[in-house]
Amino acid sequence: MTWVNVALQGILLGGLYALFATGLALVFGVMRMVNLAHGDLGILAAFVCLFIVQSLSLGVIWAGAITIVIMFVVGYLLQRGLLNYTLGSDDTRPIVVTFGLSIIIQNALIMWWSADSQGLDAGAIENASITISKQLAIGWFPLLVFVLSIVVIALLQLFLNRTKMGRAFRATSDDRDAAELMGINNRHIYGLAMAVALAIVALAGVLLAVRSTFDPTQGSFRLIFAFEAVIMGGMGSIWGTLLGGIVLGVAQTLGAQAFGAGWGLFVGHVVFLTVLALRPSGFFAKTVTA
Amino acid sequence: MSSAPSEHGSKRPLRSGTTVLELKDVDVFYGDFQALFKVSFKVEEGQTFACIGANGGGKSTLLRTIAGAMRPRSGEVLFQGQPVDTVAAHDRVKMGIALVPEGRRVFPSLSVLENLQIGSYGGRKGDWNQESVLELFPLLKPLLKRGAGSLSGGEQQALAIGRALMSNPELLLLDEVSLGLAPVVIKRIYEAMVHLVGTGTTIVLVEQDVQHVLTVADYVACFLEGRISLEGKPSELTSEAITAAYFGM
Repeated sequence: MTWVNVALQGILLGGLYALFATGLALVFGVMRMVNLAHGDLGILAAFVCLFIVQSLSLGVIWAGAITIVIMFVVGYLLQRGLLNYTLGSDDTRPIVVTFGLSIIIQNALIMWWSADSQGLDAGAIENASITISKQLAIGWFPLLVFVLSIVVIALLQLFLNRTKMGRAFRATSDDRDAAELMGINNRHIYGLAMAVALAIVALAGVLLAVRSTFDPTQGSFRLIFAFEAVIMGGMGSIWGTLLGGIVLGVAQTLGAQAFGAGWGLFVGHVVFLTVLALRPSGFFAKTVTA
Repeated sequence: MSSAPSEHGSKRPLRSGTTVLELKDVDVFYGDFQALFKVSFKVEEGQTFACIGANGGGKSTLLRTIAGAMRPRSGEVLFQGQPVDTVAAHDRVKMGIALVPEGRRVFPSLSVLENLQIGSYGGRKGDWNQESVLELFPLLKPLLKRGAGSLSGGEQQALAIGRALMSNPELLLLDEVSLGLAPVVIKRIYEAMVHLVGTGTTIVLVEQDVQHVLTVADYVACFLEGRISLEGKPSELTSEAITAAYFGM
């Protein structure tokens, strides 16, 4: 039963990884851009939320909602004001620029908050759990995170498949030049894609901040986990990203259970490399379909 | 595809002599390579203006320049009397310029219906809608839910033209619509084009297939190495003159 419990915790952890990775998958799917600052932007969102909680004395839910809106706007402005200018024939430009952005965010956060670990207090839900048996319990908060990840991905799917703007996202993903010739403003679409991606990663950042402690340098780890989830799921596939996150989460928790706490991340990376070797295009290779 | 009207006499009322498109001394470059040299012409409302010529003549570059996918280095493109050189491609669609690009360029991961819906993204009002497009291309009706990437070349071409019509263009640019298609499919595409001509849509058509072009064109310009080497009404052009202009003899 212990192993079942561990696997279950891994699945729930995978939901958080998927949330971090969904925005990365969306951005890659729509504009073929690799955003190396994605994890740091999630951590930035956690600090923004912490700042709102401390300065406005708001609860985490309200502060989180405000943070998501702020990051949505930041995403749009960041894409329109900076990242759109890096897109073109040279794929290395956005990589270099977002790498620089990652360093700037990390150092700005260290200057602002110091390198100390921080945390967000969400109250009793953090420790509440459903006890199924003596060795099997599900925490309410991890369950909430997992459910939220499914809801977010389902809403994103509905957005992409059922709305005019979603069709424009997918058309741009297929052929951005042809989309422009159909009256779609690619730069606006890219701005919206980044805005949605940062809103989702802001949610992930806030949930991470409640679930565990966080510090300014954690973005890089989050980025690696997000990459692994996206690549295992299939670059650009949003439901694949959820599966990739779950596989990674389960691998980490089972690895930690089998070999000791320090081995969890290692086993996660090994499973990622194994999947990459056996299915280089991931579970569901696609552009930006849900 | 629909049966063609028997003659062109069913055109909508036109504003006589209204210039829809005008190019003045347009030069276009790819880096240091000049693709168009001082190209100038006018297209009147309701006219079908055909550009013929061998590969590399600059025909597709011309259409991409009119559509806004490329910018002229010098010269001017006027649409309905307004300079559009600084207008982005997506805004030109909203103004009423639609391009059916070479190679169809349908969106493969979208369904046929979604491709048509994308055509109306700009929100221009007009006679063309999903029903009228499907009337023009009834072969698309049973395919609406199919992925556009799974269609045959002829079906994709019909979809590409229908998608452009969904934007209710004042000016329709057609780039090599017969390229790579079977003769029977080309015949059907041209039947639909005759119908389009009958509706009074202003068309600039690029083709290598001179025989088909002459069945629909009001005016023909032959492009050779980025310059207009011959122009005139089809009735004024002899096959010898076209051949000489086409091959630069």
